[in-house]
This record gives sequence, C-alpha cells and structure tokens, in this order.
Amino acid sequence: MSSEKKQAELVCEISGVNPLKCMKCGKCSASCPSFDEMDIKPHQFVSYVANEDIESLVKSKSLWKCLSCMACIERCPRDVKPGKLIDAARQVVVRQRGQDYLQPDDVPELLDPETPQQLLVSAFRRYRR
Amino acid sequence: MKYSYYPGCTLRNKAKALDDYARASAAVLGFELEEIEEWQCCGGVYPLGTDEIATKLSSVRALNAAKEKGQELVTVCSACHHVIKRVNDDMKHVEDIRTRANNYMQLDTPYAGETNVLHYLEVLRDRVGFDKLKEKVVNPLKGKKIGAYYGCLLLRPGKILAFDDPENPVIMEDFIRALGAEPVVYPYRNECCGGYISLKEKELSENLCEKIVDSAAGFGADMLITACPLCMYNLNKKTDGTIPVYYFTELLAEALGVKEEVDDR
Repeated sequence: MSSEKKQAELVCEISGVNPLKCMKCGKCSASCPSFDEMDIKPHQFVSYVANEDIESLVKSKSLWKCLSCMACIERCPRDVKPGKLIDAARQVVVRQRGQDYLQPDDVPELLDPETPQQLLVSAFRRYRR
Repeated sequence: MKYSYYPGCTLRNKAKALDDYARASAAVLGFELEEIEEWQCCGGVYPLGTDEIATKLSSVRALNAAKEKGQELVTVCSACHHVIKRVNDDMKHVEDIRTRANNYMQLDTPYAGETNVLHYLEVLRDRVGFDKLKEKVVNPLKGKKIGAYYGCLLLRPGKILAFDDPENPVIMEDFIRALGAEPVVYPYRNECCGGYISLKEKELSENLCEKIVDSAAGFGADMLITACPLCMYNLNKKTDGTIPVYYFTELLAEALGVKEEVDDR
C-alpha cells in the first residue's frame, strides 16, 4: 500500500468518516465561520481525503483555522462531517514527535489578566498530543 | 432534590462568579448541588478523534461518581457540559470506547452511561420549571432587553446534546422571560465566538465576536448572557463595555434576590 493511501486511511479511521458519502452540497463551507481564513475550504477537505492527498491538508493554512464549532457537523446531510476530518488530520500531525502546534514556553506571552483556564486547556487539547 | 455537581476548572478560578451565583440560586429554588469529590478537568474540548480514550476518562470518573450516588449530574459551564454529555453518549452507545474505558477504570461494576447529565438551565426548565422559577422571582428584571448568546457547545451536535433545537433554540429566551425581562432574538446567537482560537489568533476571534455583538445591538439588546467562560472572555474583547456580558446565573441570582448576599461574601 502506498504511503499516501495509508495516510488517507488513517484519517478516515481516526475520524470515523467515509468521505465518499459526500454529495458536494457545500453546506459545510457555507456554515463555516472560518471560511474566509481557509485556503482549502471544508467541502474541499473531503475531496482531498477521498483523493488520498493528506500531505496538502497537513500543510494547509486551514488545518489550524477550524474552531471546532460543529456547525458543519450539525448541518451535514450526509453524515460526512468535515470538522471531524480536520481534527483527524491534526491528530496525524500532533501525534508525531516534535509536531505540537503550541509549546508551553509560548504560553506566558499569550496570556492576559482575564484569560480563563478553559482557554488554555482547550488549546492544549486541540494543538498538542 | 440533590444533584451531583461538576463545576470544572474555570469555575474554580476566573469564572468563580458563575459558580457562586449558581449555588446561591439553587438554594433559593430548593435544590442542592453536591460537588463531586476529586473531580478532574474535563479537558475543555471533546476529542473528535474516535480512537481517543485517555482524554475521556476524567468525564467517565465524574459520571461514575454520580451513578454510585444515584444522582443526576449537573454542570454549569457549557464546555464541561458538552464534553461530559458526549462522553456519556459514547459510554452508552460505542462499545469499543466503553470496553477500553472500563478496562482502564477497573470499577467493581462497569460504567455504561447510566448517569443522566443535565445542564443547569435544563434543571431550571425540566426539574424546577420556568413557571415555578417565575413565582420565586422577587426582583423582576423589568425593562431589560437581554440577548441570549448560546454559542456552539450547548447546542451542537443537536442529536447528542439534545438541549434544544440547535438552529432555533428557545430555552434561554424562556429563562429571560421567567426573570421578568424581555428576550431579544438575534441571528448570530448560535454562531461561534472563535473558542480556543483566541489564544493564538486573537484577530480571527475578534472578527467573529464583532459580528455577534453588532447583531445583538442591531436587534436592540442592551446586554448579553452566556453560560460559557470562554465565550464571555472572547465577547468582552469586542463589546468595549457598550453591551455588558453577564453569566446567566448572575441575572438569576439578582432576580431571586440573592446577588448582594453573594457579592458581600
């Protein structure tokens, strides 16, 4: 099996999503509050996984723009749920040694007096293994 | 009525007010929040990866503690509620997660999702009743136009959270009415504030919050309420004090006449 195929299968396995069920209605992208920030849009994310091009996804700007707001998950009529694919692609990255998107040493300068604990634990969960 | 209560990390720190007003109001309404012993942080976000297990265990511990007491589990923070409710759904319906979690936990009796998880607002609606709440109000918030900010975590995914209609919720508006105030329905009330993105990308979150605040102001709200400390933090970056953001429990305590007692502590 090619490494591209393996990576795509890994994303499908972690996410529990079958990208071939997508009917390209675009509701996910229409719902996404981060749409303007994304180079690869949520509905395109599904095609990249179906085409086994995980390399482009993990290098994309979009990977770290998803807010986990679950609008796409709520509204997907085909149970594909691109937000799950994005999170799985992140897992593929952060589960490798040295690939965390947030370092503890970076945290102090990101804080202000009002920062809630919830913000830190949430970011650590989404950005690190 | 006694409930097992899971406050969560932020309600012990930055959002202590959310917790204090919730407890004081519960006493007036005749129910007790019994804090779960040695609860652990829920992690703030539900792990979307279906193979994640260790990140779900703190929720399972809390859920099992409530089960052993034969109580329903109550949360106030939107994030804790979201995570614990979804993990409970996994424990009920996903055999692989249930098996692996129980293998870790080594409980005398395995946990299989028996505990019922309620958000504090659901206790008000489904256990106390908004009509009963209305009767207990001594200081009705007359003339206040309040926008409910739901955000994401209480509503989505709707099938699992089963909190209210995820696209057209009414529970917070009904709550506002029970307190004697006027709810303001505005289009962005269930749009995302940016959540955890505000740690590294403040501008992205600020842009989203600006739309939410403008939407609420445009429809005539003079204040917002939320159940989520992170929504509160993100929204406050954008309101500049023009539209204050309150925890829903603060207005509840005010209407029930116990706010000053809490503030004087």
